[in-house]
This record gives sequence, structure tokens and C-alpha cells, in this order.
Amino acid sequence: MKLLICISNVPDTTTKVRFVNDNTAFDTNGVQWIINPWDELALTRAMELREDASSGIEKVTVITVGPAAAEPTLRKGLAIGADDAIRVDAEVGDAYLVASQIAEVVKKDNYDIILNGIESSDYNSSAVGGMLAELLDRPSVSAVSSLRLDKGAVVINREIDGGKEEVSVPVPFVAIVQKGIAKEPRIPAMRGIMMARKKPLQVVPAAAVEPLTEFLDFTLPTPKEPCKMVDADNVKELVQLLQNEAKVI
Amino acid sequence: MSVLVYTENWDGKFKKLSFELVSYATKVASLLDTSVTAISIGKVEEAELAKLGIYGASTVLSADDGKAGGLDNQLYTSIISAAAEKTGARAIILSHNNSGKALAPRLSVKLAAGLAPGVTALPESADPFIVSKKVFSGKAFSRVKINTEKVILTLAQNSFELIEAGGTASVEPFDGGLADVAVQTSIKDIQKQSSKVLLTDAETVVSGGRGMKSGDNWQPLEQLADLLGAALACSRPVSDEGWRSHDEHTGQTGKIIAPNLYLAFGISGAIQHLAGVSSSKFIVAVNTDKDAPIFEAADYGIIGDAARVLPDLIKEIKTAKAQ
Repeated sequence: MKLLICISNVPDTTTKVRFVNDNTAFDTNGVQWIINPWDELALTRAMELREDASSGIEKVTVITVGPAAAEPTLRKGLAIGADDAIRVDAEVGDAYLVASQIAEVVKKDNYDIILNGIESSDYNSSAVGGMLAELLDRPSVSAVSSLRLDKGAVVINREIDGGKEEVSVPVPFVAIVQKGIAKEPRIPAMRGIMMARKKPLQVVPAAAVEPLTEFLDFTLPTPKEPCKMVDADNVKELVQLLQNEAKVI
Repeated sequence: MSVLVYTENWDGKFKKLSFELVSYATKVASLLDTSVTAISIGKVEEAELAKLGIYGASTVLSADDGKAGGLDNQLYTSIISAAAEKTGARAIILSHNNSGKALAPRLSVKLAAGLAPGVTALPESADPFIVSKKVFSGKAFSRVKINTEKVILTLAQNSFELIEAGGTASVEPFDGGLADVAVQTSIKDIQKQSSKVLLTDAETVVSGGRGMKSGDNWQPLEQLADLLGAALACSRPVSDEGWRSHDEHTGQTGKIIAPNLYLAFGISGAIQHLAGVSSSKFIVAVNTDKDAPIFEAADYGIIGDAARVLPDLIKEIKTAKAQ
């Protein structure tokens, strides 16, 4: 079985966001780039699965859509343990464009299980995995918090609104994963980083796809009023504020 | 033309979320000068379906042939897209909850309709279709332009008020051509969270961080949550330490919530935590460190030990409620 892990190259989650060009573009100046946190958990789980010989996984591939500047993040995926990497050489438009580019790759070189993080921490669309599944006409399972392979059978736990379910789907499928899929993201070891330099990273030309949506401009939220402090010995005052001013209790 | 809204049900019942969605859809429909049709999947009694009319739905399509059990993304996508085609939907609206996030992207591809996920307000214009959404986990907003004729929106939870339009809805059975779709997802086991308030639905949330010092110290938080009808949440270190379940982790990589009131005890307010709670209408912070970043996000703050403040707070709320 072959696994494909879709990786989004995102600004470090502690980044203070700023915009340029009349607030129409994200200011990448001085930004540290990382593997989107949920994609990193997905890759970690893929590694755990492959280490179990009975899982029948031969290969784990990481893929991203983006310019050459995204390659260090893909290399990090290789350093964590992926066997090879693919970069689709396209400008990141919207989720539809990204999903379409990945779908083209999967149509040429089949992958059995595709893992996507539940959202990317930059544009928060939560859309690439579901779109990819529809483009490929494959089952998708979303909000996946655990994925096991039990003698070829797929056992998935997912969160629904108001509970959890254990489900199974036939291979091939797309899993859209969230917290819980792996405990902690793996940190690349020195040996992994050395090996990553020699692993194949294939650059694929972009397919002709038009995005369906565009970000026109960005604004920062208006600063909050300063916090009203209440003395720890006068909790009654807080309750009165919540009751009479905020009117929330 | 119509605006189509997917109203999920829970054991045959709708909840506040469903009515928020219909209220929102009704406003979008008036912008587009059309009416709202709701699509319901699975067994829901006619009286319950008719409630959607109160919030502005003029028609409710009920797809209930016994085949649609739990959520199968392909089957549900087929039903909703068949309803969209039948009603000539210009806009399709879903919740930005687990099922909405699972279905909206598939519908976007199937109907060639651009998707604006997690919107928090009404569109600013219908032609071109422009709507605002949060980006960078709430650190910024962006105006999204959808370039297709049909549009799909998912509405962030607790971001729109209920508006009673006072109408009645006609309920119609809907087939949706399900015979051709194979159900691929087999559900082996369901664990429902029935007794507690759902964290993503809750209007009040009581949350604890590392400052609670141990998972054994949660009793006063539980008591406060009971008193306020609130859901419990926690910061990431708390779930990583195993003091509380991962389901309660609120923050960038956990749950994103938008309650009316968020009470944070012993939470320092790392940027990743704030990303998950910054949409709360009011934030109360109790922390021993006066320089903790949580106080920059909070509306009301107490510098002090949560363990000492909590009993007083519980007592004062009981007194206030008794009056």
C-alpha cells in the first residue's frame, strides 16, 4: 500500500501576521515556515503505521503545492521519515486549486490512502481533503482522531458533533485528520536530516486549473479595550459585572 | 432560484445551531431576492421539520428513506447536491461544524461552486459575491470573492443570532436519487456525548490550564460549570499531561470556540490558545501572573490563585442566582 500525506507550508503558529501591498498580501518577511501542525501529525501517524510490518505499507510520500520556497518544509517531511516528496510547481490559489493539482498527481500515480490535516493554520479553509476525495470519487472520512490497519482492514475513529464513532471504509480513501491521530509530532533526528538530502524530491509542473475563489484583502482585528481588573478579595464585583454589564450570567 | 440550507439533526431533533443557520440563510436569501429551502436527511418528525419555518424556511425537503444512516460523506453530498439542483440553489449554506466541514468541500467540487468556509457575517455583496472570514486562526480577517455563479458558505458556530421570521414551512418528502449511491462508510460503534453540554455549542465555557496544578483539582471547575450550564475546556498542556481528555483541548490545534462567556482559570494565554478562544464575546481570566498574555485578551481579570478564587466565585454566583 502507498500513502500520500498532503502538506501545507505555513507560517509558524507564533507569527505576528502583517500584510503588504495595500493589505492584499501576507507579509512573508522574516517568517519561519513549518509543516502545518495537523499535517505533521498525519505524517507522524503514517510513520508509525509503516513501522508495523504487518500494515503492508511500502511507501510514504509527502506532497505540497507551491513555489520552490516550500521545499525546505517538504525536506523536513523527508527528515521525519517520508520516502519521497513531490512538489507541484503552482502558485497557491485557493483550496480548489490545491486539491485539483494533487488530484492530477494521484490520477497518474495511484495512492491507496491519502491523509490531510483538518485545516491549515494560515487560511483555515478545511477544504482540500474533502475536495480531493470528490475529485477522485473516493470515500472520505473527516475529523479522524485515530486510524489503524488491522490485517488490511481500516479502523477509524472520528468525531461527530455530539460524540465519537468507530467506522470503516474500503481502500482507497481520503482521511482528514485532527488532534489525537498521533500523540506528538515527530522531530527529525540528525540522521533523518542527513538522509533527507539524498531522498528524491520530484517537481511536477502545474495543471491548468483556475481557482474558484480569491482573497481580496486582509484586515487585523480592532484592538480590545483594556481588561478590567477586579481584586481577588472582591469576587462579588466580578459577578456583578458579568450580570449587569456583560449580561452573560 | 433558492438558497438551500442543510439542517443536520441529532436523534431527530434540531438545535440552536440549526435555527442560527436558517436565520442566516434567510438573510442571504433576502440579499439574493429569493426564498430558503432546507434539506433534512434522516428521520425527523414533521412537527420538528416545520419549526424551521419559524426562522424563515419556506420549504423543507425531508430525505428519509431509511438508507441514510450515519454520516457517509458521498451519500450525503449526493442528496444535498440533488436538492440544490432541484431547487436551482444559488447559495448552499452549511454549518462549519464537523459534518459541514466534511460535506461542503465535496459539494463545492460536485456543483462547481466556490466555497467560503467559516464565514462569520452576511455577504457584503451578492454580485460579485463577497463575504468575510477569519484567517490565520483569528489573527486577521479576509474578504473572499467567489468567482462562480453558485456559492457555498459554511457558517462558524455561535456567530449569528436567531431571527424569528414567523413564517410556516411546507414539508415535502425528497427522494434525491439515492438508489445509485453505494454507502461506503460502515459505522461499527457510536459513543454519544449526551449528558453534557457540547463544547462547540456551549454559550458558557469554564476552562482550566496548567495553573490548576493537577487533574485532581478539577472539582471546583466542574461545580462552576454545572452552576452556569457550561461546558468544560482546557489548555493544551492539560490535555498533553493527560489531566483531561483531548476532546476538551481548546486552541489552535484543538477546538475553536465562540461562546458568549469564556472563563479561563490558570491559563497563561499562549498565542495558540488565544487562537481557539478569541471569538468569545467575553473572556474572564484568573491567573497568578499579572503579566500573563491572557489579560490582554480578557475583558475581566483577577490576579490570584484559581484554587482560592473559585470557591468565592461559586458562592457569589449562587447568591446572585438566588436573588
